[in-house]
Amino acid sequence: MNTTSTHFVPPRRFEIYETTLNQVSMWEENFKNNGGIYIPNSIIIPTDAKQDSLSDDTSHGTPHKFDQEASTSRHPDKTQRRLAQNREAARKSRLRKKAYVQQLETSRLKLIHLEQELDRARQQGFYEGNRVDTNALGFSVKMSSGIVAFEMEYGHWVEEQNRQISELRTVLQGQVSDVELRLLVDNAMKHYFQLFRMKSAAAKIDVFYIMSGMWKTSAERFFMWIGGFRPSELLKVLLPHFDPLMDQQVLDVCNLRQSCQQAEDAVSQGMEKLQHTLTDSVAAGNLGEGSYIPQITCAMERLEALVSFVDQADHLRHETLQQMHRILTTRQAARGLLALGEYFQRLRALSSSWATRQREPT
Amino acid sequence: MDKVMRMSSEKGVVIFTKSSCCLCYAVQILFRNLRVQPTIHEIDTDPDCREIEKALLRIGCSTAFPAVFIGGKLVGSTSEVMSLHLSGSLVPLIKPYQSLLY
Repeated sequence: MNTTSTHFVPPRRFEIYETTLNQVSMWEENFKNNGGIYIPNSIIIPTDAKQDSLSDDTSHGTPHKFDQEASTSRHPDKTQRRLAQNREAARKSRLRKKAYVQQLETSRLKLIHLEQELDRARQQGFYEGNRVDTNALGFSVKMSSGIVAFEMEYGHWVEEQNRQISELRTVLQGQVSDVELRLLVDNAMKHYFQLFRMKSAAAKIDVFYIMSGMWKTSAERFFMWIGGFRPSELLKVLLPHFDPLMDQQVLDVCNLRQSCQQAEDAVSQGMEKLQHTLTDSVAAGNLGEGSYIPQITCAMERLEALVSFVDQADHLRHETLQQMHRILTTRQAARGLLALGEYFQRLRALSSSWATRQREPT
Repeated sequence: MDKVMRMSSEKGVVIFTKSSCCLCYAVQILFRNLRVQPTIHEIDTDPDCREIEKALLRIGCSTAFPAVFIGGKLVGSTSEVMSLHLSGSLVPLIKPYQSLLY
């Protein structure tokens, strides 16, 4: 059988065998029955790109018998046209399939890569904090290594904090010497001061991260004031636990509460001014022009001041703790630090309870 | 530096500030809430701004702005003022300059 036309140029490496009109109609049936999936009945066999291989189809063992003589002789042009169309269709189909498979391969590799990254990120810390930040559109943004390190350190810090709180609790339930208590109190104070140092370093790397309290639990974040707890709030929470207080102590604590509030107010107002100047910088010029590099540059300069504010807020926290330590006796300070520690533990517990609460279906 | 010495030894509370500095603003608010009217020297408009800044750092101010002087003596920058206030030592210093009005 010989159905080659002299115009036909075979594709580089693969060839599909030509068939009769009958075969074409069979395929069409197949195509319809299989929901549009093209299942060729012919075999794709790699061949040399030789013109004459087409005529050697008997040696390649195609299983179909062709009854071509009759149709060819009757309508040679129509047949030729149909065959050419068939070849073209088959070629396009192969190209599409190839493209699709390539896409699948790329996606598969990407998926493997992402899974590996995710595993690595999980292994880097046992603390279930936010490993990956999200921007306004919800796309994941990789955190800098300094922030990742901070999160890990903070995880350790919380563990040590919990251990110290347990120790204080146990020790205060029994008999303990002032000397031993003083040691525990000093350690607890140093532990808080260490956190402020850690935060200061992290603020220099990413002040927005510190300001949003990303490393804290949700309830802690709710009560945040410039990157941490509010000093005046701290005093309010702890005050009932210091009874009995001597007269001079009562006076000192009252004065501390007042000056703490005043300092806080001043810094808060400074913070508000910073926000206003930032808004002015960002919104300067014509909103809607589409180019805003000068505005961003100006805002970036102003943003540097935010780091000083975080430092100043932590300084207030530091000084408040320091003053409490000065005013109180060792035993009172120990009780106060225990109360403070447990207060934060309760906030953390509140966060996880809230996150896992069972809602009643409405 | 002469200019700094002259300006800082003015009576009462003297604060060297920069107009863009928001912590300077915070310190001003604090003094105002303590019923004190500080004398503000905004030096970013002053031609000798750089010299003044260097002089302030030289005489021991941790940060050049804000630089707070009370009765001619250097108190320090924001952190020092806050520490003094929380320890209760700021009010005795400003007592002679506190207004009785508000």
